[in-house]
Amino acid sequence: MRAVDGVSFNLRTGERLGLVGESGSGKSTVAMALMRLIKPPGRIESGQALFEGADLLALPEQEMRRLRLAAIALVAQGAMNSLNPVTRVRRQFADALRDHGQGLTRSALDARIRELLSTVGLGPEVADKYPHELSGGMKQRVVIAIAISLRARVIIADEPTSALDVVVQRQVVETLRRVQEKIGASILLVGHDMGLMAQVVDRLGVMYAGTLAEVCGVRMIFREPLHPYTQLLIASLPTLERKGAFRGIPGLPPSLLNRPRGCSFRTRCPHAMQRCEVDAPVLREVRPDHFVACHLYETSAPQCALQTAVGA
Amino acid sequence: MIAVDDFSLAIADEPPSITALVGESGSGKTTLARLLLGLIEPSVGAVLYKGADLRRLSGTHLRSFRRDVQVIFQDPFEAYNPFYRVDHVLETPVLNFGLAGSRREARRMIEETLRAVGLRPEETLGRYPHQLSGGQRQRIMVARALLIRPRVIIADEPVSMVDASLRATILTSLRELHDKFGISLIYITHDLTTAYQVSHNVIVLYRGLVAEAGDVEKVVGDPKHPYTRLLIGSIPYPDPNRAWKGEEAPSAEGVGASEHGCRFAPRCPSAMAVCRENAPPMFRTDRYRAAACFLYRQEDVVPGADIGEIMIPGESPSLAQPPTEAAAELRPDA
Repeated sequence: MRAVDGVSFNLRTGERLGLVGESGSGKSTVAMALMRLIKPPGRIESGQALFEGADLLALPEQEMRRLRLAAIALVAQGAMNSLNPVTRVRRQFADALRDHGQGLTRSALDARIRELLSTVGLGPEVADKYPHELSGGMKQRVVIAIAISLRARVIIADEPTSALDVVVQRQVVETLRRVQEKIGASILLVGHDMGLMAQVVDRLGVMYAGTLAEVCGVRMIFREPLHPYTQLLIASLPTLERKGAFRGIPGLPPSLLNRPRGCSFRTRCPHAMQRCEVDAPVLREVRPDHFVACHLYETSAPQCALQTAVGA
Repeated sequence: MIAVDDFSLAIADEPPSITALVGESGSGKTTLARLLLGLIEPSVGAVLYKGADLRRLSGTHLRSFRRDVQVIFQDPFEAYNPFYRVDHVLETPVLNFGLAGSRREARRMIEETLRAVGLRPEETLGRYPHQLSGGQRQRIMVARALLIRPRVIIADEPVSMVDASLRATILTSLRELHDKFGISLIYITHDLTTAYQVSHNVIVLYRGLVAEAGDVEKVVGDPKHPYTRLLIGSIPYPDPNRAWKGEEAPSAEGVGASEHGCRFAPRCPSAMAVCRENAPPMFRTDRYRAAACFLYRQEDVVPGADIGEIMIPGESPSLAQPPTEAAAELRPDA
């Protein structure tokens, strides 16, 4: 079963790139694959993940471990639950810093922790607390603070706010954005919430059934979505503006166990053609910096081979 | 700690309506759901169904209540017996309430209803609860409610774990239960947007108290309570040109409201001295809307904090069919 098939993209320096998709789209798998955190029996069959010239997928595990947190930080889904429940927050920072060879004196550590907590809008007293004494939003901000403690160049955030209420979500996301701008990192934000993507990211990749359907600047994708799935997805979003103005996408995503031939979206696509049953469309740049995988846009646009590269 | 405090709510039998209870975690909305179902008893006051106190129902009246008032739980895992396949939760009501004439018809109804909530019967039936995802278990619960066609459905976050594109479909199905079969719905959620799309009236809860309530068009279109404004302003609008509105409010963490004052005062940009000393009553700002906020103290107070008074009436179903009639078609495409 292929969770992800043929996904290719660039993450530019200082950029916020979103990867949006519904359940089963493969977006979290991409995030975990980049960090080489796919658990067996899952495995990465092929591909490259270029980071500052080196292919992450080809590195020895020891090297990868060194890069995790120090260069590429992950704020995983439910990360707030991955805080060690039996140690205070201060100790969790200390552990993270020490694991990466940063043995600081007690006072230097305290100062660093205070600075990090303040960056995420938390007071110094949080350092002395246990995770269970903090609310969901606070825990998530601690996780972000730990994630940036080594000034990672890339932050991968996988559904960082899915368990949080909308008011807290805004706080956490705006924190993430402030933090990212402050340290000059790039963010890969993985999620299912198009509204959140609209508010936060510069560019957006839309995933469907393990492949990328469309990638382009966020304003363009909302103004003129090209892929029929993106169009329907945006149309299905309820808003506070007009009642009854939303509709679901009829049909179901393909069973990943029984992937049909051709385009995965064709059974639900209002524009499906003969060709779609036979040929799976390839992601192509059909407008400047606007990539779509759809036979509707098959003109003489050259196929652009993208590579997953950071800082390009 | 009082989870839910001090208000009266009456939901009229006729015409059937859809009422949303909106609040974040800690707002008391799940406690309220449990009270309405008689799963917990109020420490003060009473919950009445058709005029009878739930605590005093027995025999046929109790059975009737249990049939008439169905729930869709937020964490459906609790509603499943892990030793049974999920078919059980669908077959049991069909059997108990005599919804089908034969096993084959029962099977057909169940399969059709599963498709209506976006599930493939062949990938769902025959499985155990732990073999399905949270979203799938949630949708089976919705399917169960669709099968039973009670008089009232209390849905506690029925689509929280479901994808956006499917959410619309399921909510539309729930809305259709009201429109076609006259079923009243109490929709409990933190998501004001879907609450707006589906409901006639909304009650916005904050830390166990009603902040604002009434006609959903009024509450959402012209929010009066500062908390409602905060909530609306924090909703990420799916349009990059429409940024989050307003200031980021100070967080709720570690903030204690004074014993007697408005619970929202510590975070409120408009807080006044009176707010810290007294809990505001519900002021009726419109015929069909009230807000518990001293900003509106020049308005009349809603007597007895009776929110039922400010709810707009629902709508009668377009087909005059009682809810216990045989299944009509539920199609996923709106």
